Amino acid sequence: MAHSGINVLFEGRNLVRLFGGLGTTIEIAAVALVLGLILGIVLGVLRTFPNRLLRLLLRLYLEFFRIVPTVVLLFLFYYILPRQLGVNMPANEVATLVFALWTAAEMSDIVRGALISVPKHQRESGLAIGLNRWQLYRYVLIPQAVSLELPATINLVTRVIKTTSLLMLISVMDVINVGQQVVEANNQKYPTGVFWVYGIIFIMYFVIDYPLSWWAKRMDKKRLERANG
Amino acid sequence: MSSWQVIQQGLPLFEKGFGLTLWLSFVGIIGSIIVGLICSLLQYFQIPVLSRLASIYIEISRNTPLLVQLFFLYYAFPVFGFKLNAELCGIVGLIFLGGSYMAEGFNGGFDGVSKTQVETGKAIGLSRLQLARYVVFPQGFTLSVPALAANMIFLIKETSIFTVIAIPELTNTALDLIGMYYRSNEYLLMLVIGYAIILIPLSIILTILEKRVRYGTFGN
Repeated sequence: MAHSGINVLFEGRNLVRLFGGLGTTIEIAAVALVLGLILGIVLGVLRTFPNRLLRLLLRLYLEFFRIVPTVVLLFLFYYILPRQLGVNMPANEVATLVFALWTAAEMSDIVRGALISVPKHQRESGLAIGLNRWQLYRYVLIPQAVSLELPATINLVTRVIKTTSLLMLISVMDVINVGQQVVEANNQKYPTGVFWVYGIIFIMYFVIDYPLSWWAKRMDKKRLERANG
Repeated sequence: MSSWQVIQQGLPLFEKGFGLTLWLSFVGIIGSIIVGLICSLLQYFQIPVLSRLASIYIEISRNTPLLVQLFFLYYAFPVFGFKLNAELCGIVGLIFLGGSYMAEGFNGGFDGVSKTQVETGKAIGLSRLQLARYVVFPQGFTLSVPALAANMIFLIKETSIFTVIAIPELTNTALDLIGMYYRSNEYLLMLVIGYAIILIPLSIILTILEKRVRYGTFGN
C-alpha cells in the first residue's frame, strides 16, 4: 500500500505535534490536580467541623459541581467570567480553574467520608487524653483517613485526566484538538489516517490511566481482604 | 429583547433537547446495566476465555474518555465502511462506557459479601450455583446499589459530551442557541436548570432507595 494510513503519523511533524498536545493536556491536568487536591483536603476537613452554616455552604458547593456536567461547567466559566466579572483569562487557565474547583469538590467528599469512617473510639480516645482539635486531626484522624481515601483519590485522578478530553470544546490546543487538525490537513492523502490518529490518542489516554486505576484497584482489594478476613 | 422573552423563545427547543437527553440516558443506562451484569457474571463464574475478554473490555472502556470513544465510533469506523448515525453512535458509545462502570459496580457488590457468609454456605453443602443464587447474589446486589446509583448519575451527565457529534440534546441545544442569538446568560441558566430538573430528583430518589435496601443486609 503506497499510502497506508499509519504513515499519517510520520508525515511532517505530526507525531511531535500530537505529543505537544498531550503535553498541554497533562500540564492542565497536573496543575488542576495539585490545586484541587489541596483545596479539597482543606474543605473536606472543614466539612467535619460542627459549624452548621459552614457545612451547608460547602455541601451546596459540592452539590453544584456534582449536578452540573463538566462540559457545562467549562462553558459556564468560559462565557460568564469575562462577561459578568470582567475577568479575561485564556482558555487554558479557565480550564485549569474549572478542573481545580471540580476536583476540590469531589475531593472534599472523599476526605470527609474517610474522616467520618475512622472508628468513633479513636476520636473519643484522642479527646480523652486531652488532645486539642488540631492535634486530634494531625495525629489521630488524618493518618488513619489517608489509607482509607487513597484508592478513591487515585480514581479521581484518573477521572480528571479522562475529563481533560473536554478541553477541545473551549478550543484549548490539547491532544484531541491537535489530532483533529492533523486529520483534516491530511485527509486527502491518507483517507484512513483518521483511524490511526484517534487510535494513538486512545492509546495515549489508556497508557496514562491504566497503571493508575490498576494501582487503585489493587489497594482496594487488599483493604477488602484485610477487612473481610 | 428582555431576558424573559429570550427564555420563552428558547423553551420549545430546550424541551426537545431535554426529551432527547432523557431518552438517550434511559437507553444508555438500561444497556449499560445489561452489559455490566453480563460481564460481571462471566467474571464471577470464571467462564474461560469470555471472562478474560470481559476484563480486557472493562479495562479499555474504563481507562479511556467517552469523547475519544465517540470520535472513534463516529469518525474512524466509517472509513472502514461501518457507519452509524449520530444518535446510535451516542448510545453505543454510552453503553460501551457505562457497561464497564456497571460491571465494576456489580463486582464490588459481590466482593463485598463477607467471607463468613460464603464459607457457611459451603459448609452446609451448597453447590456453586446454589451459593451464588441464595447467598452471594441477594447480598451482593443490595451492596452494589450505591455504586449503580452513582453510575446512573454519572452516565446522565456524560450525555452532555454527545454535543461533539452534534446530537441535539440539552447541551448542544444551548450551545446552538448561544451561537445564534449571543444570549449566553439566559441559555446557560436554562441549561443548568435542565440538568438540575433531571438530576436533583433522581439523586434524592436514589438516596432513599439506598437507605431502603440497606435493610436487606445481614449480620452486623
